[in-house]
Amino acid sequence: MNRIPVQEVRRSLQIRILRHNPHDPASKPCLQTFELEEAESMTLFIALNEIRQTMDPSLQFDFVCRAGICGSCGMIINGRPGLACRTLTRNLPECITLAPLPGFELIGDLSVNTGKWMRGMSERLETWVHQRDLDRADIDQLEERMEPDLAERIYELERCIECGCCIAACGTARMREDFVGAVGLNQIMRFRLDPRDERSDADFYALVGDESGVFGCMTLLGCEDYCPKDLPLAAQIAFLRRRMVATGA
Amino acid sequence: MPKTLSALSARMDLLQSLSGLLLVLFIWAHMFFESSILLGEDAMYAVSRMFEGEPLFGKPYPLLVSAAGIAVFLLVAVHAVLALRKFPGSSRQYQLLNRHLGVIRHEDTTLWYVQVITGFCLFFLIPAHLYTVITQPENIGPYASADRVWSERFWIVYALLLLTVHVHAAIGVYRLVMKWYAPTGVQAGRTRARLKRGMWCILAFFILLGTASLLTYMRIGYQHADSAGERYRPASAPVGAR
Repeated sequence: MNRIPVQEVRRSLQIRILRHNPHDPASKPCLQTFELEEAESMTLFIALNEIRQTMDPSLQFDFVCRAGICGSCGMIINGRPGLACRTLTRNLPECITLAPLPGFELIGDLSVNTGKWMRGMSERLETWVHQRDLDRADIDQLEERMEPDLAERIYELERCIECGCCIAACGTARMREDFVGAVGLNQIMRFRLDPRDERSDADFYALVGDESGVFGCMTLLGCEDYCPKDLPLAAQIAFLRRRMVATGA
Repeated sequence: MPKTLSALSARMDLLQSLSGLLLVLFIWAHMFFESSILLGEDAMYAVSRMFEGEPLFGKPYPLLVSAAGIAVFLLVAVHAVLALRKFPGSSRQYQLLNRHLGVIRHEDTTLWYVQVITGFCLFFLIPAHLYTVITQPENIGPYASADRVWSERFWIVYALLLLTVHVHAAIGVYRLVMKWYAPTGVQAGRTRARLKRGMWCILAFFILLGTASLLTYMRIGYQHADSAGERYRPASAPVGAR
């Protein structure tokens, strides 16, 4: 008979959370420990909800989709960036330390404003399709067909959920606040592939051809190793670097 | 459209990598020539004479070695100036980086930091070595080099140089590949793991080769200490050989 394996002895987890409310002048950053019994197939999303429901309703953290699609639940899990909803507690030791993603404005506890950072990056790198006479386009007409292979390649890069893990994992981004990071460079590659975008490599060079762009990347590869969507970031950045050198130098 | 950026960033990035690659190729070739001492004094003597142009001009010109030393020094200077751009530039940046390294414990970030530290050490070790090469090019030979290593206590500089330069070079080559031609596709992870394994193998090989030749120079220098200053003279060589 087929049986679903069940963990017999359940562990008692100690979850230490870095607590701080920057909007409260009296708040000082401190680690608070919560103890709870591990459940079968428990994710950090489930654990944190249990803590908020049964122990401390003031705990702040972000979730939307619970499926690794929205990118809201990025946090530092035992020192490494990752998505709470895709992290099973059984893959972690009994003592788990959680902290907010560095490099982003702290809202409170584990909640950070990645949206503000991503919007700033998006506006700076103009991550949208640039087309002449776009405002006069007839939206009732079918778009021009795209080769499935090209659509796949664009989709591969479009899978980025802007969770901020690559920024938190990047030593360069930690040191230099103006660095656009792998998320920004990946966006440039995505629009560079898109045939609807009429920008040339010279236009892209003007956006990322300096130390805050592709030439600021020191190939530390934290982005590649901690991307929860396994995007080929190192290869994309290497390709962009070659193209930008060919354009600029 | 956004502002126009200068071509300088692209050129500097490319030049940093190219100068680093040339220096790595040079140091690896240097190791093979230097370790000719493992084949005996005559082999090392022949190599040193070859670099002084004897096979080409009929007699040795040590100035050629000085010229090569100056060229290498200039290449090191260009590489160092370009690499300095990437060093943390303030106490706050060092603080942020150290905290990041301590928490994330990420191998490739640590490898880069090792390059920063070894690169800093090389600022001092390389000039110490090149100064003797440039100013005393005639003092390169089985006995002359061994005397410098042992009697003039240069083995300390060379031991430190051996370790730092090869750690810096091996990591540098791996990072160079990842920087310009990072593997892609389903085998990307495996290819990267192989590259890293290759990096450790190359490092181990050159450290072993360099240690073996340094120990040999030390042994010859120790045995020759009472006659330090005397030059090597192979049976087939004319008077004045070293």
